[in-house]
Amino acid sequence: MTKNNNLLAGELERLGISRRTFLKFCTSIGSVMALSPAQAAVMAEKLVTVKRQSVIWLSFQECTGCTESITRSHKPSLESLIFDFVSLDYHHTLQAASGHAAEQAREQAMHDNKGKYILIVDGSIPIKDDGVYSTIAGMTNLDMLQQVAKDAAAIVAVGSCATFGGLPKAAPNPTGAVSVADIIHDKPIINIPGCPPIPVVMTGVLAHVLTFGIPELDGMGRPKAFYGDSIHDRCYRRPYYDRGQFAKSFDDEGARKGWCLYELGCKGPVTHNACATIKWNNGTSFPIESGHGCIGCSEPDFWDAGGFYKALSTGTSNPGQWASAALAAGAAAGLASAYLNKSSKADAEKEHQPVTIEDMGGKS
Amino acid sequence: MNEIELLNWARGPGLAYATAIMFFGLTLRVIEILSLGRPEELAEVRDSGVRDGWMMILKRSLPEVKHWKYITASYIFHIGLLVVIFFFIPHTHLFRDVFGIFWGGWPNYIIDFFTVLSIAAMLYTLVARFYDPSRRILSKMSDYLAWLVTFLPLVTGYMAFHRLGFDYTTMLAVHILSVELLMIAIPVSKLTHVVTFTMARWYTGSNQGRRGVRS
Repeated sequence: MTKNNNLLAGELERLGISRRTFLKFCTSIGSVMALSPAQAAVMAEKLVTVKRQSVIWLSFQECTGCTESITRSHKPSLESLIFDFVSLDYHHTLQAASGHAAEQAREQAMHDNKGKYILIVDGSIPIKDDGVYSTIAGMTNLDMLQQVAKDAAAIVAVGSCATFGGLPKAAPNPTGAVSVADIIHDKPIINIPGCPPIPVVMTGVLAHVLTFGIPELDGMGRPKAFYGDSIHDRCYRRPYYDRGQFAKSFDDEGARKGWCLYELGCKGPVTHNACATIKWNNGTSFPIESGHGCIGCSEPDFWDAGGFYKALSTGTSNPGQWASAALAAGAAAGLASAYLNKSSKADAEKEHQPVTIEDMGGKS
Repeated sequence: MNEIELLNWARGPGLAYATAIMFFGLTLRVIEILSLGRPEELAEVRDSGVRDGWMMILKRSLPEVKHWKYITASYIFHIGLLVVIFFFIPHTHLFRDVFGIFWGGWPNYIIDFFTVLSIAAMLYTLVARFYDPSRRILSKMSDYLAWLVTFLPLVTGYMAFHRLGFDYTTMLAVHILSVELLMIAIPVSKLTHVVTFTMARWYTGSNQGRRGVRS
């Protein structure tokens, strides 16, 4: 965890990482990011000639799932190699230092790499009541983010909490949780949502930032290489959706035959992520392949977007209750209107005066 | 507001408000209409008018040979619309969620067929309305608006399903919003006929019957 400005080539040698393993890393990253084979070679060349990039990782309102994802996906992992390519100068869970020494390491890294370090954030930032709901070393998350972001070259928001507010932001959002992009507006921000994100997605984006700079992003700041398609677009069960073959319960014949899970609440059609292609646990499977619908964890406000087990086409604000209440109110208003109509008709009849020919000036 | 927030709004508050407005408005209008009653018959009533009421409902629902093209197009789009609304599987789940009744749905390719058919038929009715002099004179802006709010859900639904136009999330949100626009328009426009058409036909038929005119 100490500062290391050596070139990466020397560091790889010191760690005993063979050139073959290193090229394998670059090729796999290039492949998942849909880079051309030539670019994977360029990535390898660039990585060995760059200084180890200083990275400060701030963890705010989070569950450490994002760190668990990237470090414990499987061992030994190509993904974990990324930690050998960067100088991770500050990370609560992974650093050896604690207390004042830890904070000193952060301040030292900020000072030594002013304007050059990459800031990674996982967790949302509480801003209600001056941000008192989450503090580190006596400093609110809000203050720490603003202080560290000021001299960062770029910010990578990792996980749905840092990118969109995530679970802490779920209604009624007691801490006033917001995302990094809600606070920082003057720095490039790469959003890598997911609860947690796929390990290789985090690694791939970091490798891309180290070598080619910031990857192409979509309207929500997500790298298009990983978030360009929806789960539904790439789902192997898609043909069943098109044919209208749906599992009705998790243990019926349709479920056993692997039919589409739309009716069981799958949010794959509106969820953008690479789960269906890259998959999890060393490419073993992903939630839909395991028989459960996508819960849409990489989209904003997924926790409040209706039940996980209700079809995407259903309402989220209980329209049935609204319909019943409106029927009752409409009936009451209708009866009131009928009464008013009747009484005004009765009044008109009461006031009605027949007109005779004499009234009109004629003679009978 | 990003696309998923737009979708969440459309599925949440948007749908709730549209549902409330539609049910409130329709109930109010139906009760108002029924409470108006009949005008006093000044001449002797010839018949109860029940038979003629039912006959009128039937007669006005049968095609006319004279305007067969227009009538056929109207039939196609009305039937197509009903099929798409009530038998597209995602829609059936919405109805189950709101009313607690589930009747199952039809495969997507059948729904797709009816959608295309309905879109084509609706376009024909628009063109016919515009090019036929008598229909054009009779048409007001409200008629074209009623056509538009009925047409939009069909087109946006088709586009969302086939991943045309915007990305799916945005198109789905636009589709749901267009349906909500239709739901709001129903009680305040001639589209109220979705619930009043049988009442109105029965009333006309029975009135004629009471006055001695066969439907």
